[in-house]
Amino acid sequence: MSTQPAALPVTHIRPGTRAVSFTLGEVWHARELLYFLVLRDIKVRYKQTVLGIGWSVLQPFLAMVVFTIFFGRLAKMPSDGVPYPVFSLAALVPWTYFAAAAANGSASLVGNQHLIAKVYFPRVLVPLAAVLMPALDMLISFGMLLVLMAWYHVMPSSAVMMLPFYAALGVLSAFAVTLWTSALSVRYRDARYVLPFVIQIWLFLTPVAYPASMVPERWRLVYALNPMATVVEGFRGALLGTPGAGSMTAVSVIVVAAALAAGAAYFHSVEGSIVDLA
Amino acid sequence: MADIAIRIRGLGKRYTIGAREEQYDLLRDKIAAAMSRPFRRLAPGGFAASTTIWALKEISHDIRRGEVVGVIGGNGAGKSTLLKILSRITQPTEGEAEIHGRVGSLLEVGTGFHPDLTGRENIFLNGAILGMRKAEIERKFDEIVRFAEIEQFIDTPVKHYSSGMYVRLGFAVAAQMEPEILIVDEVLAVGDVHFQRKCLGKLGDVARGGRTVLFVSHNMAAIQRLCSSAMLLQRGQLVRVGDVRSVVASYLAGEARGGYVAGARTGEPQILSADLEDEAGRPLEAPICTEPVVCRIRFTLPDRSPGTRIGIGVLSSDGVTVFTTNSQDAGVGCPSGPGEFDARVTIPAHTLLAGDFHVALCLWNAGALLDLQEPALSFSVDAGSSPLYHETGTRKGYVRVDCAWSVTPFVELPAGALR
Repeated sequence: MSTQPAALPVTHIRPGTRAVSFTLGEVWHARELLYFLVLRDIKVRYKQTVLGIGWSVLQPFLAMVVFTIFFGRLAKMPSDGVPYPVFSLAALVPWTYFAAAAANGSASLVGNQHLIAKVYFPRVLVPLAAVLMPALDMLISFGMLLVLMAWYHVMPSSAVMMLPFYAALGVLSAFAVTLWTSALSVRYRDARYVLPFVIQIWLFLTPVAYPASMVPERWRLVYALNPMATVVEGFRGALLGTPGAGSMTAVSVIVVAAALAAGAAYFHSVEGSIVDLA
Repeated sequence: MADIAIRIRGLGKRYTIGAREEQYDLLRDKIAAAMSRPFRRLAPGGFAASTTIWALKEISHDIRRGEVVGVIGGNGAGKSTLLKILSRITQPTEGEAEIHGRVGSLLEVGTGFHPDLTGRENIFLNGAILGMRKAEIERKFDEIVRFAEIEQFIDTPVKHYSSGMYVRLGFAVAAQMEPEILIVDEVLAVGDVHFQRKCLGKLGDVARGGRTVLFVSHNMAAIQRLCSSAMLLQRGQLVRVGDVRSVVASYLAGEARGGYVAGARTGEPQILSADLEDEAGRPLEAPICTEPVVCRIRFTLPDRSPGTRIGIGVLSSDGVTVFTTNSQDAGVGCPSGPGEFDARVTIPAHTLLAGDFHVALCLWNAGALLDLQEPALSFSVDAGSSPLYHETGTRKGYVRVDCAWSVTPFVELPAGALR
């Protein structure tokens, strides 16, 4: 019998998916690595770009200007009684994050192949870090949104307490998408050509340029199958006092939870063979 | 039972060659394949299955706690695959392994280094990737910097580092890992001699510290210095396990007797073939002490590469490098290419003693290794009519050195005076 005082952890290596499974415990244990991976991506981006932090503000800002001119002024799009620039920017902040996180996350496993081939760590950290990194941009562009709100004298009500919830829902939505797309794009490299197109369509399915109140009431819950619709309307409701996501929230939460569970299961089923495919 | 660190049972890994070359599938092809499936049977050769190879097959072995095991074998023997499975980077196709304790694996120096980040930033990133805690890295930071000898460049992006500095920093971080089981792939093939020695020293400390170590290297001297036992892999199978000396000896003896021929052309600078011959250029069948041994090496330089050197190392049967020599030693240098060249190196008569030898071939340029084949050739030297063996029949050592001797009277005494 063992005379070793402390029991050593025992790892079983077997064929199939159990051997390199990720567990929440393992991810928690590797949280510092997650932090360093996010930090790496942020640092590298700011070192490699001239505008650096400017990009996170410029992108939603320019989109807001274009939307305001074409949808606000020319198309006279209703905006739930809020000045159109604030109305669209409040949606563009979470949307821009989502689009960036989905793109970044999808390319993450392929982009980190050299790492995956040389050392073991819970693979799920790679898409997770890639989804968290653009959250910094969201935070910065959120500052710009506050400035614009002050400019138009739009004051948030107590509903603002729901903002972290909708922000988290946005991050989880992006993560759910990424669990699928990152794993799929290791195996099918044309996934990367499909995704930008999907994101583009998705933008029109999301009330960024228009209010969700334009969608007929009876279709609202079907509309909420797109969780980003809830996130975007939730942002507006929390900040601008518009009707908000309301009953759409429950549907979207279920959708995101289901997509996360299914995405985790799919990721889990292929992560063992990522190295051999890459 | 209590002493086992790694238990390996029937481990095997199969690769599909097709998948490796293709690397990845295209959705388009998948769809096209699905559409054409009903007609597949009709097409000639439709059943051509993709070729599979077993990179590892039926490996079973127990490694005791504190054992330092060398894993040796030729290229493609499955050494790296074994380490990758035990490090959980890839999964086995069959069999299982049980690992008792935390595993630290060092399959590459500086894994995850980002060229745009500074040395300091990369230490933390790399440390975290290797499984170290932030607090642990902070505590060992100064030692890492000192070991890597990069004090003044610590805040410089590593893309400005020389390859030597890069490797030193990578190893310095890895050297701070404190797992119960350490898995190390050929990491000493890089870096300068001084640093290699330092790394070997560090690995020796780890080994003596009671840690279990699995160590892959082509450097038989390093294997013998560090390891107590060894596993010899050949084409994916475990052909010999046991005491390091005997396993190394059987590896060297089994490798490449006769001429050396490179596997496939890589398009890079490469040693193509090597043969042993006598002075007249005939294939050398039975080398003897009293005759020269000529080694003829053909190599290719696809591009112009001035400063390229070709060299050989002569190794004894137990893996000790007896001597090395290269074209520059004789002031011959090397053509700059492009082209294919023949190098002839003559080991003079009366140099090698009787025994078994191996020849390692090496092609390099300005410190960068282009090709290394170790061992590429093996041969046995017979005493022949060498006067060295007239009296005793055997002789210790590997080579004859032409030493000057004199024996003169110190005190001369009458017979029987000292009795």
